[in-house]
Amino acid sequence: MSADPTTVLAFETDCHIFDGCGFPAPGLHSFLFEPIFGDADSNIYFNKTMLLALLGTVVIVGFFWLAFRKPKVVPGKLQMVAEAGYDFVRRGIVYETLGKKEGEKYVPLMVTLFFFVWIMNLWSIVPMAQFPVTAIISYPAALAAIVYVIWMSVTFKRHGFVGGFKNLTGYDKSLGPVLPMVMVIEFFSNVLVRPFTHAVRLFANMFAGHTLLLLFTIASWYLLNGIGIAYAGVSFVMVLVMTAFELFIQAVQAYVFVLLACSFIQGALAEHH
Amino acid sequence: MNLLVLAAEEAQNPLIPPIPELVIGLIAFVIVFGFLAKKLLPNINKVLDERREAIEGGIEKAEAAQTEAQSVLEQYKAQLAEARHEAARLRQDALEQGTALKEELRAEGQRQREEIIAAGHTQIEADRKAASHALRQDVGKLATDLAGKLVGESLEDHARQSRTIDRFLSELEEKAASNGAAR
Repeated sequence: MSADPTTVLAFETDCHIFDGCGFPAPGLHSFLFEPIFGDADSNIYFNKTMLLALLGTVVIVGFFWLAFRKPKVVPGKLQMVAEAGYDFVRRGIVYETLGKKEGEKYVPLMVTLFFFVWIMNLWSIVPMAQFPVTAIISYPAALAAIVYVIWMSVTFKRHGFVGGFKNLTGYDKSLGPVLPMVMVIEFFSNVLVRPFTHAVRLFANMFAGHTLLLLFTIASWYLLNGIGIAYAGVSFVMVLVMTAFELFIQAVQAYVFVLLACSFIQGALAEHH
Repeated sequence: MNLLVLAAEEAQNPLIPPIPELVIGLIAFVIVFGFLAKKLLPNINKVLDERREAIEGGIEKAEAAQTEAQSVLEQYKAQLAEARHEAARLRQDALEQGTALKEELRAEGQRQREEIIAAGHTQIEADRKAASHALRQDVGKLATDLAGKLVGESLEDHARQSRTIDRFLSELEEKAASNGAAR
């Protein structure tokens, strides 16, 4: 890629510890990619994360296409796996939070969300890709925005304008004099903070996970000199541990993202108190 | 390369979403959603419903078979019980018939016996009467003869003769009766 000291990857250099060069620590620059084509200034470009996002789309659609294109009553192996994933989201998340009657409508959205987030997270540990697409705030923000638009419109569709406003502000007469304060806090928390935390929760987890993986990977390479080899071994073990941990976190974050989306919609559907 | 460094300096805040990635993310999501929501999930839902129906149908079939088996068993049991009952009834009937027959035969025998006894009595009575009649004639004749011989006179007058005999016999009977009463 380049020889720039701030963007260069550790294993692209022959610089190790005791060679008189500093540790090329990962940082924000690790999340910036040179466009594959286009111009970063003109906002018309195509880079690695976009490629991974589109590849992930192909992977998800391809997988479900193969599994569910011609589904059989007695399922094959692929269909069985896909069904298990589908059923996990449908029963385990949507029916649990929204109930079967209300939730059925949102099953496709939630299934898509779950697998989209999960596969985008999963790129983090796929060799050659090795970057979680969701560690770029744009992707979680896009998904959170979709969820935000849906649950906000459900709120007002279900309760009307005043009812929807009451729903959003947690209006409850029995609160008495603290009601205005509660309403301000609830409004702030539900309408403004909620979509932000929804996106950032996913983004930050993936960002941090990728940074940790980078740190230990770079360190394993950087320490590979003299006595440092012992430390490099430890660091490499940490790479393996963190990879396994990331595998777990990726699924958990996808689950949490969808669970939150469901609970937002549930709140929107709920009768205001 | 300076370009990238520049970009890095500009986009120092990782929380500010770059627009192109946002657009690509939305497009990618919409593509996945379109495929899943419009085609693939309805597909699998249909099959899942079919499967549930097949399983429930199987259960229903099994239940129907069990119900039928149960009813057949009941039927057999009922038939068996009926047969037993019938046998018992037949036995009872036979016993009753036998008893009745025996009773009838006994009654018939009794009747015949009584008839025979009655016939015997009648016969004896008739014989006795005949004997008595004959005896009366013989005794009368003997008495007349005896009296004739003794008196030497033929009691030819039948009417007188008869009267005499009757009187004699009446006397005899009275004597016998008084003797009997005295005894």
